[in-house]
Formats: sequence, C-alpha cells, structure tokens
Amino acid sequence: MQRTSDQASDAKRWGAGVAVFAVLAVVGGVSSAYVISLLTIVLLFTFMGQSWNLMLGIGGQLSIGHALFVGIGAYAVAILNIKYGITPWIGLLLGAAIAGVVGAVLAWLSFRFEVRGIYFALLTIAAAEFARIMFGGWDYVGGMQGLFYPAPSGTMDLAMLRGDSQFYYFVALVLAAVGVAGTELISRSYWGYVWRAMRDDDEAARALGVRTFRHKVLVVSISAAGAAIGGGVLGLVQGSIFPDSIMGMGISVDVLIGPVVGGLGTAFGPLIGSMAAIPLHHAMGSLGDSLGIPGLNSVAYGAVLILVVWFLPDGIWPAVVRLYEAVQLPARSRISQLRKVEE
Amino acid sequence: MTALLEVRNLTKSFQGLVAVNDVSFSLEAGRITALIGPNGAGKTTCFNLVAGALSPTAGQVLFEGRAIERNPPEAVCRMGIARTFQIVRPMKDMSVLENAMVGAFSWTTNVKEARSKAYESLERVGLAGKASARTDQLTLPDRKMLEMAKALSTRPKLLLLDEVMAGLRPTEAAGVVGVLRKLAEHGLTILLVEHVMRIVMDVASTVVVLHHGAKIAEGEPSQVVADPAVLESYLGAGFHA
Amino acid sequence: MLSLWLNVLASGVLIGLVYGLVALGLTIIFGVMRVVNFAHGEMVVFGVYIGYWTVRIWDVPIIVAAAIAAVVMFLFGYLLETLVVKRFVNRPHHYQFIVFIGLSLLFSGVLLMSFGPDPRPTASQLSFQTVKVGPLTLDWARIQAAATAGLLIAALGAYLKYSTFGRSLRAAANNRLGGLVVGLNIPRVYAVTFGIGAACAGVAGALISPLFDAQPYLAVDFTLLAFVTVIVGGLGSFGGALLGGLTIGVAEAIAALMFTPSMKTALPYALLIIILIFRPRGFFGAKDI
Repeated sequence: MQRTSDQASDAKRWGAGVAVFAVLAVVGGVSSAYVISLLTIVLLFTFMGQSWNLMLGIGGQLSIGHALFVGIGAYAVAILNIKYGITPWIGLLLGAAIAGVVGAVLAWLSFRFEVRGIYFALLTIAAAEFARIMFGGWDYVGGMQGLFYPAPSGTMDLAMLRGDSQFYYFVALVLAAVGVAGTELISRSYWGYVWRAMRDDDEAARALGVRTFRHKVLVVSISAAGAAIGGGVLGLVQGSIFPDSIMGMGISVDVLIGPVVGGLGTAFGPLIGSMAAIPLHHAMGSLGDSLGIPGLNSVAYGAVLILVVWFLPDGIWPAVVRLYEAVQLPARSRISQLRKVEE
Repeated sequence: MTALLEVRNLTKSFQGLVAVNDVSFSLEAGRITALIGPNGAGKTTCFNLVAGALSPTAGQVLFEGRAIERNPPEAVCRMGIARTFQIVRPMKDMSVLENAMVGAFSWTTNVKEARSKAYESLERVGLAGKASARTDQLTLPDRKMLEMAKALSTRPKLLLLDEVMAGLRPTEAAGVVGVLRKLAEHGLTILLVEHVMRIVMDVASTVVVLHHGAKIAEGEPSQVVADPAVLESYLGAGFHA
Repeated sequence: MLSLWLNVLASGVLIGLVYGLVALGLTIIFGVMRVVNFAHGEMVVFGVYIGYWTVRIWDVPIIVAAAIAAVVMFLFGYLLETLVVKRFVNRPHHYQFIVFIGLSLLFSGVLLMSFGPDPRPTASQLSFQTVKVGPLTLDWARIQAAATAGLLIAALGAYLKYSTFGRSLRAAANNRLGGLVVGLNIPRVYAVTFGIGAACAGVAGALISPLFDAQPYLAVDFTLLAFVTVIVGGLGSFGGALLGGLTIGVAEAIAALMFTPSMKTALPYALLIIILIFRPRGFFGAKDI
C-alpha cells in the first residue's frame, strides 16, 4: 500500500516536471530575444545550481567556490574550440573530467583528515581564487583579456554547438531538464540513500557500513563535473571568457543562490530560485544603470538576499509546498475522520 | 561452542587516563552477553573499541579469528558487526523505511533489495506499520527499535547494543527483551551494554562486569549477582543491607 | 643583497601585523559565534575610508584616525549583530554565507554609491617618510601601522585573558552551551564579540589608509586575504591569526620581490593549499567545527 502511494506521488512529480519543461519549451518558441537570453542564463544556472545542490542538499558538503569548476569547464571548451577548432562536445567531456578530478583531489585532501564543514567550504573558495588568479596570469589562455569565440554565423550547427540565441536556449533547457531529472534519479538510487545518510549523520552512517570518505569524494567530483559542463555551455553562450567573470566569486554566489533561495535538496528548488534571483539581479542592474547610480544594483540585490533567507528560511519551494499542504490537509483529515466513523 | 568475538587484553587510555584496562572476554555465537558496570566503568569505551569507533592502545579484538581492532567502523560493520547508539541517531530527513535501508546498502547496491530487507528488519522489531513515518514522529521506544532495525539491515552476525533499554519504562523494556530473545533464537549473537543490572538478568546468558576499566567478574547472571566483589564495587556499599 | 632581503622581511613582518589584526577580528567572531563574517573585507574598507576622511578633513595623526575607526566600527558591528546577524547565528553555514554575501553586496554598494569606483589616494606626507634602522629602510607609515596593530593585538589578548568579560568571551568560545548554563548573557557576548571583530577590521583599515588607496573594490581582496590568514593560522585561534598574518605578510613581500604581480596575489592561496595538505586545520586549528 505504501509503495503504491509512493509511486503515485512519483508519477505526479515526474508529470509536473514534464509540464514545467514543456511550458518552458513553448516560452522559448515565442518570447523576445531579451527574455530568451535571460532565460538561457537562468536555465544554465539551474543546471549548475542543481549540481551544487547535489553536493550540499544530498551529499551534505558545502562549496562556496563552484566557480572553480565552472571556469575549468568554460576554459576547456574554449581552449579546444578556439585554438584547435575541436568540437565543444569533446571540450565539455574533457572539462567535466578535469573538474571531476580537481574536485576529487580537493575533497580527498580535506576529508582525509576529516576536515569538513566550513573549513572545506573555505578551501573551495581559496582554490577558486587561486585558479582565477593563475588563469589571469596565464598568457596562453589570454590572461585577464580572456578568450573570444568567433561571432556566431547564425546557422545552427549541432556538431559544433553553434547557433543563434534560441538554439542556446534549447541547449540550456535540455541541460536543465537533465539536471532536474538526473538529481531526482540519483537521489532515488543507492548513491542518493547513502549520501543523504552521511549528510544527516556521518558517524551513524559509517556505523551502518557506509564508506563515507569515498562517497564524499565521489559526490564532490560528480558535482564538479556537472558544474564544468554548465560552465562550458555558459562560455559558449556568452561568447567570451574572462577569469574574473567566469571564475570569480560572483559565479560561485550565483550558482548557489538558486538552490538556497529556491529550496535546498529539492528537485525544483534550483529552477525556481534561479528564476527568481537571476532576473532580479539583471533588473536591479538595469535599474542602477538607467538611474546612473553604480552601487544601487549591489545594494538592492544584497538586501533581497538577506530578506529571503530571513523570511523564507528554507527557500521558496518548501514555502509553496507548505502553503499547498495547509490548503489540502484540512480536507484530507476530514476524509480520514469519515473513514474512522465508517469503521 | 566457538567464540564469534574474542577480546584479548584490551587497553585504552586517553592522555594517560586508562579507560579500559587489560580486559578480555569472548562472545559465543548465538548467545546474548551483557557488558555491565557503573557509570565510568569503561563499558562504552569497550563497546566503541569493538565497534571500530576507537582504536585500542593495546590488545586485540578478534572477530571470526581475524584481528579487527585497527579497522574503521564502516569496515567493521561490513564484516558483520552492527552497532546502535546509546543516544538514538536517526537520519532526521529520511523516513523510517529509508533509515532502515541505509544499513542494507552495506551489502547491496540494489534499491529494491535494500527496501525489502529494510521492511524485513522493521518487521522484526515491530515497526513495519510506521515505515513511511518521519523519524521525529516516533516515540522513544520506537526510535530505539529503529536503531536496531537499521543495524539489522546490515545482516550482522554480531549485534552490539549500547544501552538500548536506557530511558524506557519497564513494559517498554520488556518489549525490547522479547525482540532480543527472538533475534537470538534465530542465531544472532548479541552484546548488550547496560548500566542497570536488573534489566539484563533474565535476557543475558553471560554477564561481564567492568569496574574502573577492569573486568571484575564474568559468568552467568545468577553467579555474577552473588559475587561479593560485584556487590561491593558495582552496586555500592549500601547494597549489603 | 642581504640588506635587501632584510628589508623585504621587515616590511613583510610590519604589514603582517596588520593582516594579523584583520584576521583576529574574523577569528574572534568565528571562535565565539561559529559564524564566518564574509563581509569582513567591507569592514576593513570602511576603516580605510574612515582613515581617509578623518586625515583629510581634520588632518589628525593616523593613530587618532584609528581610534575613531575603532569606536565607529565597534558600534557598527554591535548594531549589525543585534539587528541582523543574531537571527542567523544558529542557521547552517550556507544560509549564513548568503546573508553575509548579501551584507557584503549591500556594504560595497553603499561604498560605491557614496564614494564612486575611483581609488582615492591618501596623500599624507606620512606615506613618503622613511626611517633608517641599521641596514633597514622602513616606511614610517608601515611602522606606525604595525606598532599600533601589535599593541592592539597584545591589549586584546590581555583583555581576553584577564578581564571578566574577556573570560566569558572565551568561555563562550570554548563551550557555548556551558556558557549559557553558568549564566552568561549570550546575546550581549555575541554583540560585543561582533563589535570587537568589526573594530579590529576597521582599525586595520584606518592604519593602512596611507598605504592603500581607498577603493570599494578592495573589500573582496581583504575578505579573501583574511580567510586565507585565519585558515593558515587555524580558524578560531588567537595565536593562529597572528602567526597567519605574519606568514602571509612575509610571503607576500618575498613574492613581490621574486614573482610577477599576479603570482604575488596567487601566493597566499598557494601557501594555503600547501599548508592544508600538511596541516589541514592550520597551525592552531580548533578541532570541532
């Protein structure tokens, strides 16, 4: 009986997911170029946020330096494509592999001595800053001047991942859908169970035979690889890569804003959070620009971040779910009371 | 009878303070053994040494003839020794069933298999009806049972229970005793750590008494309870009256 | 050649003391409240601007500017804790991170709105005076900054060790619950702690205002530098912050001599990664995080 109700709610979730992405596909077909380019960024950060979410929301490991992996992915694709004309598909795979290894090494270094929590988080940000500065001083990749993709010709070329903004919108949409579905699948798999166990109580999980050390390294590595794929596409979409923007703290913040604002450890949280945060950030930016006040953007965005964490402590999505349950539950409890009377 | 687990001259000191001092005992397969002693006697340290949560300063822990005292807890668990925690530690954001599934992943990666094993474990401790509950909805006795179910899902040969009956009312404790008996009847070897001697009297076949880190008595409950050394040091001088 | 190296070493030690003070502010807050102040760099920059304006308007000695920065930033930190930070002290680190990133954006935005993005050099005559001590030729500004920072670190150390309130701070740092049990006024301890932490950052900022141009974008660099310093020393450790500051100061000075500018900026991070490989909790790291 338990299983059938689980299956029913599973079906509902998958149905909802398909519906959301179907709507987004239609939106991509009809919207203006500005909306499409903004949503492309939103969807890419949904995907990268989802990879971050996997690491903290399910694996329990906090990273505040995901820009490191985003940047690795972006540079891997750009270097191979711009310098050698190699298809971004290869670059994405290579970037994911390198980021996966870098993530695993960082995790291994730190978890080996049971250094975790905020120490590990600070290590990730230090590693990201280190990489940013190194790339900035590395002439082969253009240093601070960055790398530029050739201007798009406008013709779609799937093999070389080139096309117009609508093309990239759909690439990002597919990626976001894969991210949401992938997180859902992973969290229902063997990995999902043992990761959540070690997230909730590392020592208790070990006592139940979970080899938490290797699972922590694994979850960081997978998360890093995911972020790198997102970064590779982000670079293509933006058409240029600079260490300060692609590996800067701003990217690390943008990656984690979605899941935290949307709802940590949930499948839809990163999507909803990115939908809310990124357009807001852009809107504040244009507002500040149009008024000619340079710091306004930053002030407003900062204030909103504080207020969200203040008033929606576990994010938007859980708040929506609670609201829904508050409406639904009274009805359900009435039904169960009726059942009792019948018995 | 052969010994499933043998503890040889186990010693553990923390910065010069000897918590467990040259303790030896063995557990026979299929039996319930109780490790008792007053607060600070070294029971929990001893327990943690066997479970791999601590490494001994000296001595050995042999499980099925192999020395395991340097293994981390997850390796010890995978060999077939499962433990519970004195202060129950459910994974708070996972359901009761999911909690019980975690243990099964020590021997399978198949989610379906883990789920059916978890159901079986929950049934053995009488929690199957609450499989989909959240752990914070459970009563204390149920949480203790969940600790046991989690451990049982690992398919242990030896079950280590740390004060599983502490904080329970007599009727609730009797329920736990019933479950333990049934588990032992099915061939599981159990080591109970308990603070209160009375609880283990009618369930344990052997009792090991620790005091100030050293073993002061070992034997059948009726023998041990009559041992003057035990009465003196464990139960306190006032007991003579 | 030797005198060149001695000079580099000395100037590294001098600036290292100031870094130590910045790190001390961060580490006190973390030690007591288990909160990482990601807006610490902004507080340093507030101090830099306080130094810049007080020196410019009233032409006071830098020491006076530092004292003003201490008072202003203590009150600022105290208020910030009471109004905002307090609500997030017991939340998980990632929520705190967002809140502090929010604060950091807010502060740097305010700085940008108030002063604009352009650097403002503090044209104090102090910047150009030098002192000769044996083979050493040192900036007078650096010596003053370092001496003040050193004195403050010592005073703060003594205060934490010997005063009643300092002891209760340490009690709170060692065992927050125990502190509660023996009747410490935890909300007040937290507010004062945050005030002291902010004051450390502010004073350090004022002290270096003759050396660094006042500029809003400095903040991120200072936050990161403070992180590196405290991790190298060990998060939550008083001595660690000082040692970390000196290490980073000297390493930076040496790197400035030997490497390109970008390598110089990267060096603290490289150092951090190397140290974490061998001593993952830093020199004096707290065990329980």
